[in-house]
Amino acid sequence: MDYSWDWSVVIRFLPVLLEGALLTLELTCIAVGMGILIGTFAGIGRVSKNKLIFSVSSIYVNFIRGTPMLVQLYLVYFGLPAYFGPIPPKMAAIITLSVNSGAYVAEIVRAGIQSIDRGQLEAARSLGMTYSQAMRYVLIPQTFKRIIPPLGNEFIAMLKDSSIVSVIALEELVRKGSMIAGRTFRSFEIWTAVALLFLFMTFPITQLVNFAERRLKQND
Amino acid sequence: MIKVENLEKRFGHLEVLKGITNEVREGEVVCVIGPSGSGKSTFLRCLNLLEIPDGGRIYFAGKEITDLKKTDLNQIRAEMGMVFQRFNLFPHKNVLENICLAPLKVRKCSREEAEARAYDLLQKVGLKDKALAYPDNLSGGQQQRVAIARALAMQPKVMLFDEPTSALDPEMIKEVLDVMKDLGKEGMTMVVVTHEMGFAREVADRVLFMDDGLIVEENTPEKIFNAPQNERTKAFLSKIL
Repeated sequence: MDYSWDWSVVIRFLPVLLEGALLTLELTCIAVGMGILIGTFAGIGRVSKNKLIFSVSSIYVNFIRGTPMLVQLYLVYFGLPAYFGPIPPKMAAIITLSVNSGAYVAEIVRAGIQSIDRGQLEAARSLGMTYSQAMRYVLIPQTFKRIIPPLGNEFIAMLKDSSIVSVIALEELVRKGSMIAGRTFRSFEIWTAVALLFLFMTFPITQLVNFAERRLKQND
Repeated sequence: MIKVENLEKRFGHLEVLKGITNEVREGEVVCVIGPSGSGKSTFLRCLNLLEIPDGGRIYFAGKEITDLKKTDLNQIRAEMGMVFQRFNLFPHKNVLENICLAPLKVRKCSREEAEARAYDLLQKVGLKDKALAYPDNLSGGQQQRVAIARALAMQPKVMLFDEPTSALDPEMIKEVLDVMKDLGKEGMTMVVVTHEMGFAREVADRVLFMDDGLIVEENTPEKIFNAPQNERTKAFLSKIL
């Protein structure tokens, strides 16, 4: 094997890779942000005593968690246009990632609510609060703190999994890498650079999650 | 004030309450004693419908509350204060906010009114200087006194106490019992599930002895403690006195 390394391609194409990384970051932020919004409602639905609300949120969560994200993406990008007309790839990506993230966030929220001592709900109800008042003023605020670490993990997972949208030609980090590697035949160098860029993005969040977990332990 | 007829409660196949009939009159302090698993706490938790009974009726202030179609549970519960064994203060809110939350959100009081009453109640339970402290920074006895103030802030007609001193260190029991004694003297109607026989003897107007889901014996504290009639009451008291 006489493969000689040439890292200069990485330097040369770094701006392009960074452009991809920026899109990855953008998609992830939007997806997790929307995911938190969807997941909060679905998570509350998952602990609801109302059968309809519980069923709808359970079906949503189980469907998303039980099917590959790639299939979900194809369903949105190739399937939905049958009814709604063509969807731009970026829109399809945002819809898929957000809806997917929402299901995982829902489970985080559900676990967070269920981790709160039952006595809290009883105390609130014994004071005459309705179920939704007890949720809003007593349970949900206590849940926020506890779900920060798992939400950080969800962000990291989404950052990596968002690379799946490269299959619908969205030029995020992985797609950019594959384009450059194909053009320069410098696969090893380029994919190393792509991996490192992912690591640069995830590592600070990992540290933040660890920090949050330590803080939480002290408070409990 | 509260009338109970033939109250029954099951958890799955386990019959916890097997037909309880009793009445708590206005201004009365009733202590409920008995061995663990006798159904005392379940009985108490049925009174404000934290547990929904499977049979029998409960009347509160002359109205049947076990007819769930016609009863506004939240309104009933707002009229009955409850104090728990594990305090159950809201850890994300300070003492003042703990006390004011329900008056603000349920009674729709103004903030000034709620806070003024909260400070009065804190004065009463001896914790005025802790208004801005968080529950985690209070001792168990202090937390329980705040919990009493929080329940009183709703100006309830009845106070229900579910083993309020069982989770406390021995040196903190007295401060909580003293607050409860004062409440009783002021004429508050109280139902107290307790293992504190000294308290029951001193403060109760009437003591109910429960065993195996039934009220086995009831009487004035002197008669129950000095001359119990039922064999099971005798056996229980001989073990703990």
